[in-house]
Amino acid sequence: MSDLRLRPPRNRVACRSIGWWSAQAAVFALPLPLTFAILWASIPPTRELFMWLTLISLVPGLLYVAVMPYWRYRVHRWEVTGEAVYAASGWLWQQWRVVPLSRVQTVDTLRGPLQQLFGLSGVSVTTASSSAVRINGLDREIGDELVAYLTSRTHVVPGDNA
Amino acid sequence: MTSTATPHRGRLSGRLIVVSLGVPAAPLALFLLSLLVAGGETNLQVLITLGSLFLTCLVVGGFGLARLLTTRYHLTGERLELSSGLLFRSRHAVPPARVRSVDVTANPLQRLLGLTTLRIDTGGQGGGGLKLDGLTAADAAELRRRILQWRETGHALNVTEDAGLICELDRAWLRYAPLTVWGVGGVLAAAGSVYRTLHEMKIDPLELGAVQDLVRRFGSVPLWYGLLLATLALIALGAACSTLTFIENWSGYELRRAEGGVLRVRRGLLATRSVSMEESRLRGVELVEPIPLRWAGGAKLNAVTSGLGDRDENRNRRALTPPVPRAEALRVAGQVLTEEWLLNRAGLTPHPRAALRRRINRALIAAVLVAAALAGLGLWLGQAFVTAGWITGVLLAPILTVFACDAHRTLGHGLRGHHLAMAYGTFARRTVVLRRDGIIGWMVTRSPFQRRTGLLTLGATTAAGDGVYKVRDVSVDQGLELAEAAVPRLLAPFVESVASNSPGRRMRAGAR
Repeated sequence: MSDLRLRPPRNRVACRSIGWWSAQAAVFALPLPLTFAILWASIPPTRELFMWLTLISLVPGLLYVAVMPYWRYRVHRWEVTGEAVYAASGWLWQQWRVVPLSRVQTVDTLRGPLQQLFGLSGVSVTTASSSAVRINGLDREIGDELVAYLTSRTHVVPGDNA
Repeated sequence: MTSTATPHRGRLSGRLIVVSLGVPAAPLALFLLSLLVAGGETNLQVLITLGSLFLTCLVVGGFGLARLLTTRYHLTGERLELSSGLLFRSRHAVPPARVRSVDVTANPLQRLLGLTTLRIDTGGQGGGGLKLDGLTAADAAELRRRILQWRETGHALNVTEDAGLICELDRAWLRYAPLTVWGVGGVLAAAGSVYRTLHEMKIDPLELGAVQDLVRRFGSVPLWYGLLLATLALIALGAACSTLTFIENWSGYELRRAEGGVLRVRRGLLATRSVSMEESRLRGVELVEPIPLRWAGGAKLNAVTSGLGDRDENRNRRALTPPVPRAEALRVAGQVLTEEWLLNRAGLTPHPRAALRRRINRALIAAVLVAAALAGLGLWLGQAFVTAGWITGVLLAPILTVFACDAHRTLGHGLRGHHLAMAYGTFARRTVVLRRDGIIGWMVTRSPFQRRTGLLTLGATTAAGDGVYKVRDVSVDQGLELAEAAVPRLLAPFVESVASNSPGRRMRAGAR
């Protein structure tokens, strides 16, 4: 007996994405334990309380920074065929998106400050539906090529304007 | 038609000055009121709060005034032009072919002053359209007539006013009005904001004589009796609020199919609303049965359509019926979709048992969390809360489990002709039918639990309504087969078959 499954898209994102995700995770997860640590060091009478608070906030934060980027790197993938864009994303909660090229309305590039630092770019493929398909962490050149290809294709395939 | 050839121009009504000046007057009035209540004394905090409010209102009023002075409209043979703005000038021009509908609405304040808002839907993305806010009723009616006439000469769309009536308000539906839960929430929110306002003005409502008296009386009866009475009073107030909201929202309701393939909903007592939906943009309908309403055999019908504006506007404008008897909602759905049986829940494919387990898990986790929160408070505030936590947990667990079973029983999906049907939800049961040719992509999501138990949630993305409609917790095979059957060849290139030996780690395998 055989079962069905969604196969993973063909292309991985750039491996620099791991660095980008780590940086993002650090920015998100470390300020709180850092604040507690400074308080711990600077206010002696409350030492014990702030020591515990620092530890409690630091351990999940470090775990997040250590695990999330690698996990994401295993999941995040993308693929463009003659008919459709196919992308996988997420880590604990994962998402697979398929959009036919005939329904693509706009293709945008997004490059946040952190993403620029790592030489990455994100491509967002919008249809008439309110939620766009995002492919983040692409190598800059690959991203530009992808946008150029998608833009040329979306003019070719006759589409509906919902 | 000669009248369309002559250019027609105009501006907003001068009565808007009253509104613009009225806005900053509100904090002044509040300040006087606080002086009155506090016996002529004031303090810095009150001054700062009301002062900043006054400044904000001044800016808002100023903008209103600027809008009034600068807004112009101009209807020529070729296009409708709209210019407005002092600092940020904007100019819109619409050719006749783009005008999909012209609706005139008025909110209570506008009614008081005899003003209206004219809204021109141009069918663009992201709520494309023009709004002229603050025309006199006569001007608006005249402009609307001219625009419609002008459009007709442009292309052959005929908008007659009183074609095919589909549904009309029935007084008996008022019995469903108290069953919308928003009432209780509304009462609490109103009480909260009154308290906050008084508090900001340094008046503690708990120290007012009337409230003190109430508290003393409350203290003189047993606690359970007091709580029971308070709950009953709250529910009664909430029901009254819901009823009033229903009357305001739905008086004069009618749903018509106008010529040119337009569904038009008219409703409203103080604020009249008129919503036009083009049938060619209709992607389906949604039957909603929230819990108190469902127990009384009622339901609401929403349109799943594009062109109603952004997410919030879509929420406010998508209603096709008020709360009505379920059979009536189904009849209207039949008229709108031309097939009545599409919304029938019987005959939908049920979802696997793992979906039930997921729901029961959620129910138990929710019960434990609520109990733990109460017990946690107890460690801090005293033994009574710990006991309350235990009792709540023990009561909540079976109740929520029953809901979980109901949620699983509700789950279903199926293909019905040109439509994809799906049902889900327990507190508000929703049945959605979506046109298959309106599906413009798939979104498959899997949580860790779903990956472990071989489930997935299949989301159909569409240009209409909420953007994504989800078939929740189907088995992987079921979901992928459904996607393929609903929209052939879209997902198929990305689906492969594998020998099934380790059901748990499917889908992740490829990632190495």
